Amino acid sequence: MTGSSALNFWNAYWSGTLMLFSHWAMNFSIQSVKPKSEDIGVSRDELSRALLLAFAATPLFEPFAIPLLLDKLSSSLPSAKVESFKYLGYCAPMYGSDRMAKHGGALWSSVKDVLYTSPESALSVESESDGGMIFEESDIMVEALILLEGLMQQNSDLLLDMILGDEDINNFICSFLKPWDIHDTPLQLRQQLHSVGRLLAVSAKSSMASCNRVFEKFFPQMMEALGCSVGNHSDESFATEDRALSSRFNYGTLYLCVELLDACRCLVLGFKESTSFPDFIHEKWCCMLHGFCRSLINIFFSNLEAVSGNAQSSFAYTGVKGLQLLATFPRSFAPVSLLLFENILLKLVSAITSNFDKKFSWGLELKALVEIGLYIEGYQESEKAATFARIVVDKFVSWISSDEPAMPLSLKMQAICETGMTGISNMLRIVQGMEKAISAKFTQAYVDGNFESVELVIKVLECYSARVLPWFEMNGGSEEVAWNLAAIIWDKIDNSSSVNLTVQNYELLGAAMTAMKQAVRRCSQESQEKIVNRAFRVLSASTLFPLKDSPFATSLSNSEDSYLNHHVDRVSCRDEWIISLYASVVIALRPQTHVQNLKMVLQLFIMALTKGHIPSAQALGSLVNKLPSKTNERHLSQEYGVEEAIDVILTSSIWNFCQSNTLRKCSLFGGGNEIHNTKCLAGLNHTSVHISAIVGLAWIGKGLIMRGHEGIKDITMTFLGVLLENTNNGDFPESCDPIEGKEQEVIPLMKSAADAFHILLSDSEDCLNRNYHSVIRPLYKQRFYNSVMPLLLSSTRQSNSIITRSMLFRSFAHVISETPLSAMISEANKLIPLLLDSLSTLTEDVMHKDVIYNVILVLSAILMDKNGQVAVLENAQAIINQLIGLAAYPHMMVIRETAIQCLGAMSELPYARIYPSRTKVLQAISKALDDPKRAVRQEAVRCRQAWASIASRSLHF
Amino acid sequence: MTLGLINANPVVHAKKERVARPLDDPHADDAVDPLEIYDIVRDIRDPEHPYSLEQLSVLSEESITVDEKLGRILITFTPTIQHCSMATVIGLCLREKLKDCFPAHFKVDIKVAPGSHADEEAVNKQLNDKERVAAALENPNLRQLVTECLYSSEL
Repeated sequence: MTGSSALNFWNAYWSGTLMLFSHWAMNFSIQSVKPKSEDIGVSRDELSRALLLAFAATPLFEPFAIPLLLDKLSSSLPSAKVESFKYLGYCAPMYGSDRMAKHGGALWSSVKDVLYTSPESALSVESESDGGMIFEESDIMVEALILLEGLMQQNSDLLLDMILGDEDINNFICSFLKPWDIHDTPLQLRQQLHSVGRLLAVSAKSSMASCNRVFEKFFPQMMEALGCSVGNHSDESFATEDRALSSRFNYGTLYLCVELLDACRCLVLGFKESTSFPDFIHEKWCCMLHGFCRSLINIFFSNLEAVSGNAQSSFAYTGVKGLQLLATFPRSFAPVSLLLFENILLKLVSAITSNFDKKFSWGLELKALVEIGLYIEGYQESEKAATFARIVVDKFVSWISSDEPAMPLSLKMQAICETGMTGISNMLRIVQGMEKAISAKFTQAYVDGNFESVELVIKVLECYSARVLPWFEMNGGSEEVAWNLAAIIWDKIDNSSSVNLTVQNYELLGAAMTAMKQAVRRCSQESQEKIVNRAFRVLSASTLFPLKDSPFATSLSNSEDSYLNHHVDRVSCRDEWIISLYASVVIALRPQTHVQNLKMVLQLFIMALTKGHIPSAQALGSLVNKLPSKTNERHLSQEYGVEEAIDVILTSSIWNFCQSNTLRKCSLFGGGNEIHNTKCLAGLNHTSVHISAIVGLAWIGKGLIMRGHEGIKDITMTFLGVLLENTNNGDFPESCDPIEGKEQEVIPLMKSAADAFHILLSDSEDCLNRNYHSVIRPLYKQRFYNSVMPLLLSSTRQSNSIITRSMLFRSFAHVISETPLSAMISEANKLIPLLLDSLSTLTEDVMHKDVIYNVILVLSAILMDKNGQVAVLENAQAIINQLIGLAAYPHMMVIRETAIQCLGAMSELPYARIYPSRTKVLQAISKALDDPKRAVRQEAVRCRQAWASIASRSLHF
Repeated sequence: MTLGLINANPVVHAKKERVARPLDDPHADDAVDPLEIYDIVRDIRDPEHPYSLEQLSVLSEESITVDEKLGRILITFTPTIQHCSMATVIGLCLREKLKDCFPAHFKVDIKVAPGSHADEEAVNKQLNDKERVAAALENPNLRQLVTECLYSSEL
């Protein structure tokens, strides 16, 4: 390219650029790009980003871009301001400090305008209640502060001259140097104070030099206003300083002072992260702070004391924040000596001890201690760590088992856990304390039912399950904690001989079971085996063993009806504890873990589940879910695989009450398997045992269904057998001859068989989920849905009895409400008539109301799904009729509400389809307008409007 | 000749935020209260301006009283100016909306606030006369205006 052509090119380029910017200045706003421009495939953000990069492409654009952006700042659109600040912040470093210097004044005035003249910060939620100073900045302010930070990095002298020389800011700070009451101050002044605090902090944070300048300018004035003097008092002089009390409660100055402290701490820590760590002790700001440090701590202390006096939470905020900042300066910052650090911790601990009734300040103090703990952990300050552990952690740990302080137990545990979570060493100390507490109090709680011990142990166990164990899992701690907890509980159970049965004892058992499950599931296979063996030793030493002598076993081999009832109470509370905890261990085992004496365990669980002991049923479910399926996968010493276990379980006599028990006929267990126990419960007609057996079978079925085992077919057939048989055959024992008696016996049994489908398919939090290492075959719910639906349908068609039909529909309802919609929607055409049938059958009995609600939710999901539209259209009339009926369903408000919502959704269907129903719907809805519940009335108003408008064009606006 | 607006420059107030009601007792009945009625009528559009009756301060929660036992609702509204000829249209809108949203057994009385309208008595009489309301709603122009106010999506 020759010289002249290059010149020509530049001329052309330049004039083009000039035109472009003048065009932008006149016509183009960043805002003019519509937020939604999907039609051209470019989003507003992308365009904005591209323009930003273009602006910052070369410093030569500076004369055009900066005035344009400053001009845009005067726009009244908040988003335009945000964008302009963002552009300025991005362009400033690209253009360089020389070029930006000439715009310094304009930039400062625009930043000041946004931050100081008309700040748009909003009080944060927690601060609103007490008129405090915790603000949330608007987006504009955030961007302005980012810009200011960038400019300070670039040319701090120039900007500092402007900020420190600004008369408004100076006057404002001076006006705050005299005492005033935060609660009487208008919101705008508080917003300005917040902004000035941020301004000073950003200025001080940018460099050592600017920090020095800010400190020199304001710090002495502030200290004077607070009544501080440079002192070198001895350490005992904390309480004896004589200050006018009012000067200590100069809120504005305190606030600014805390902001400055925060800024210089950030500055120091910023240096600490980089390699070159300057000797900042000789910096001016550091010397000043050094001089006033002790007095400042004193003032913050008196702020804290004021809290306990008159509940001024704003002072609590500054006091606690100030102490927290001073305590987290690096060790090399000499003024905050170890002794001062100790004093700060002692003060905070004593404040926490005494202020537990003031929620806001208590939370602040705890948070400050946690922050200090996290800082020590993060910056590896070993001396401070030791002090922290001695003063804070040990003190808190000592609270666990003592009555002092008189703080609610939940607060104590919160304080203990949160300080523990600051680091592994602290957590281990706390775990030690908690283990000691459990060791000391567990027997007392478990044997005597001592109320206070029970409460304490419950809280500690809950703390373990909810916080400590998850924390160790997250932070890579060892499994030792989990293992120890399980071991302690089993030791305690083993060593005590009897238990007092109280209500609290059941709560304690619940907490112990949860903690046990949580602990065991986090252990490795080896530890789990140790725990399960230990547990089995306790179990085998209990009165539950040997089985033949236990009340369970005798009751089973005895055909007297009353005998069973009699023995239910004879199972001692201790045995219940042992079997519940053993079940919890089994539920949480890994699939690879080997369980000893499986046959005995299985039999024991089967016995227990006939008493309605759900954890045993869940444990059986977990076992059949996790046992290895093929012999070659099996551990050499493992006596049982899943087939054998199922064999043992299902050939047990307790299922024989079902006359056509498919379990004993099925090919899987057929052939050589004879029923061992002929004196079975079949003839007993003991409904509660049968119901327990069905619930137990359902949990076992759940274990099988999740791993996709074939055995589920037989279990499903058993449930269907119970549903169909009892009414169709009329084969009842003679004692139930009168119709009422028969129904009383049969209906609960059938209901539990129907509800078994709910257990089979619903997700449980207690067992059989990923947390407890379950084997889960993908899409198992879909597979089950496909296999069980034809059975349910044909049974429904065949049955004549109303009760049977309603119970079959109940099962159907459980199945469809637990199966994912995507599996059913392809057959919506077949499903909808059934669904409507089930609704009309189920509405006849009030006991089905919860199930109806689930069905109507499925219906509403089908209505909303695009793929279901055709089927809905075909059945529109029938659906509308059914919904009209449900809109007046008297027993449950949410059913009426959802039915009316569905009706509203139906009004969207094509006009010709739904018009014939319009009058009917409007009549039904006008009744719903008089519903006793407001939510239904409001839904009815919306639905009425939707249906009224389909006939009248004039109503569409 | 083009007729000018009756109140060309009304004072517009900010909309109040709708507060979610605390969860009611699931077993008790929820009585109809002034707030429920207000929530239904506050968004009716003014016949003249694209603002709601709430924004023009024609209505407030305090101006509604309800007695559920006797089945009576009384709404007192304040026209923006004394000579507002739209007062009757506003009243018609209120009556029509309440007819749609509440069961027929409620007797609805609609009045202008005392002293807020030059022809107070005449307007009150007109608004609470069944025959005259029915006749007014048979007038296609009026019916169109009322429907627009009730179901407008301009707000």
